[in-house]
Amino acid sequence: MSILVKPDTKFLVQGITGGFGGRHAQLSLDYGSQLVAGVTPGKGGQMFADTVPVFDSVAEAMAETGATASAIFVPPPFAADAILEGAAAGLDLVVCITEGIPVRDMIEVKDALKDSPTTLLGPNCPGVVTPGEGKDSSGGCRIGISPGYIHKKGNIGVVSRSGTLTYEAVWQLTSRGVGQSTCVGIGGDPVPGMTHLDVLKLFNDDPETTGIIMIGEIGGTAEEEAAAWAKAHCTKPIAGFIAGATAPPGRRMGHAGAIVSGGKGTAEAKMDAFREAGIGVAETPSEMADTLLKMM
Amino acid sequence: MNLHEYQAKELMKRHGVRIPPGEPATNLDEAKAAIAKLFDAGNARVVVKSQIHAGGRGKGTFKDGFKGGVHLADSVEDATAKAEAMLGNVLVTKQTGESGKQVSRLLITSAENIKSEFYVAVLLDRALGKPIVMASAEGGVDIEEVADKTPEKIIKEVIDPALGLQPHQGRKIAIALGLRGRLIGQTASLLRALYKTWHECDGTMLEINPLALIVNEDGTEAVVALDAKMSIDDNALFRHPDIVAMRDLSEENPLEVEAAGHDLNYIKLDGNIACLVNGAGLAMATMDAIKHYGGDPANFLDVGGGATKEQVKAAFEIIVGDPNVQAILVNIFGGIMNCNTIAEGIVAAVKETHLTLPLVVRLEGNNVDAGRATLAASGLTLITADSLSEAAEKAVAAVK
Repeated sequence: MSILVKPDTKFLVQGITGGFGGRHAQLSLDYGSQLVAGVTPGKGGQMFADTVPVFDSVAEAMAETGATASAIFVPPPFAADAILEGAAAGLDLVVCITEGIPVRDMIEVKDALKDSPTTLLGPNCPGVVTPGEGKDSSGGCRIGISPGYIHKKGNIGVVSRSGTLTYEAVWQLTSRGVGQSTCVGIGGDPVPGMTHLDVLKLFNDDPETTGIIMIGEIGGTAEEEAAAWAKAHCTKPIAGFIAGATAPPGRRMGHAGAIVSGGKGTAEAKMDAFREAGIGVAETPSEMADTLLKMM
Repeated sequence: MNLHEYQAKELMKRHGVRIPPGEPATNLDEAKAAIAKLFDAGNARVVVKSQIHAGGRGKGTFKDGFKGGVHLADSVEDATAKAEAMLGNVLVTKQTGESGKQVSRLLITSAENIKSEFYVAVLLDRALGKPIVMASAEGGVDIEEVADKTPEKIIKEVIDPALGLQPHQGRKIAIALGLRGRLIGQTASLLRALYKTWHECDGTMLEINPLALIVNEDGTEAVVALDAKMSIDDNALFRHPDIVAMRDLSEENPLEVEAAGHDLNYIKLDGNIACLVNGAGLAMATMDAIKHYGGDPANFLDVGGGATKEQVKAAFEIIVGDPNVQAILVNIFGGIMNCNTIAEGIVAAVKETHLTLPLVVRLEGNNVDAGRATLAASGLTLITADSLSEAAEKAVAAVK
């Protein structure tokens, strides 16, 4: 088992004919993932990499290929619409990679999706990887922009707001011979789809996941909410790290959501919430894997 | 992107929020014209307000000793003297830091007869993913302090994104603020206009402190926005060319402005160890690691996932443009990018910028062995590290 996606999950890429989307679509194919379709309105009928058909709409792509998930690479002004199209077509999972979507658009998308069966991951996220059993974890499901080869099939769940910190944690695990069940990047925006808590619940219910690394950063209170839930309900060891202890208040640290405003969302408050919930706090990002392994 | 008070008020006025009459001025002639216009219109008093991107203006002090960045004046002469004393002068407030900010613009408005002051703001509640209106009858004070000490005095109204702020919600807030009679409807309209400003201009925050109940000359009362603080979502600027034109680059750090021109995310800090990192989370974590080992980061710098050689070079130039920097820590996790390409970029940039400061490099990821070999063969005196912790420790040691 794993969460969100399995190695045989069929998915499509919205914005496959763009440079960024095309590049990562190819890397997913190289990894052995089941990328079965591309969607670019007006370019239906083309082929991507000679093997992947391109459609004009998500609905059409789903009907023809059986895709159940999507990765969105379309530019920010059109990304909210792409998410809504994916949900309207009935995808199980929409993973929005696009960075720079206006907050107002995401407020409206989140509101529109509140009763939708579609799960949204992102935006501004690296995506999701369920490692496979092949060489360098190939044959798994890679939706997004993560480097596939750093993974290894195993039993640790990783959830993070930051891409490179996720890779850091995954690499530390893999270097120590410890594999992952699924690695989930929830993204650095202030109004995300899935939260730490949503992912934590899935890991808790996944029999294959035996330990969890949860990486957060300044801004908002999502880490605190996840920690409070974990304290009461999570049956698995969790190690965590919070980035941004040295960030000046009121400044956005790269990610649109990484900001301490009005004294809220500090690294200190989040680390305190982690400790209070029995989550092992890594003192530096170099110790994320070791902190978890010591607890297991 | 932050706006000046007069810019925020201009946007609010366009959307129907009542503000006191007045005009901005960037020089003494404009100030004199604005002052004359207000007194000619029958106002007995005016307010001369410094326009800088920092709070605490009223209680601030100018570098030449002149006290207060906001002044009342009863005559044309008095107002002109105040404007002259403020224009071009450097104002230090609790939010500007010691260096203060130069006042290049003033806002001159009528002085209202204030009966009571309230606080109101429109902002995003991140936990809900919805906008909220926050209000308090304790206006003109530090709202964070009110929220901390007496949270029951804060009124919070959640807005349905599909509907916007509804009239009944506006009335509810007005009543909670203690307003009665026709002021209830008037305040509700003002709040709706305020929400509309926030929504249509893609605000991240719009704060009115104070919103005031004023007494007009004829004895009637009215609710007016006396101050305004607004910031706009950078991600939404593509659909607001009129707001982009309001950008005041003199309010921003020149190194940060230059970095933005190269698509680099740079924020200047006060320490002496510069960082160059890929990814926002890792960049923050690198700063934290420097602090953990007893050092002080000089900046936040995210070069992004696909940094080009030109960007890396520009990044080094920006870093050394900060005179406080005594060492540089490069921390790259090359996930997709080839570490050797990154290493070559670093070597070229260091040579081209004639960098002489200690440089600690930690490379990890795709094709890392070739990358490390390139660094070793470069002839540069680099300090290499295998982990982020080791890199941070070595960078801190290099400046001790």
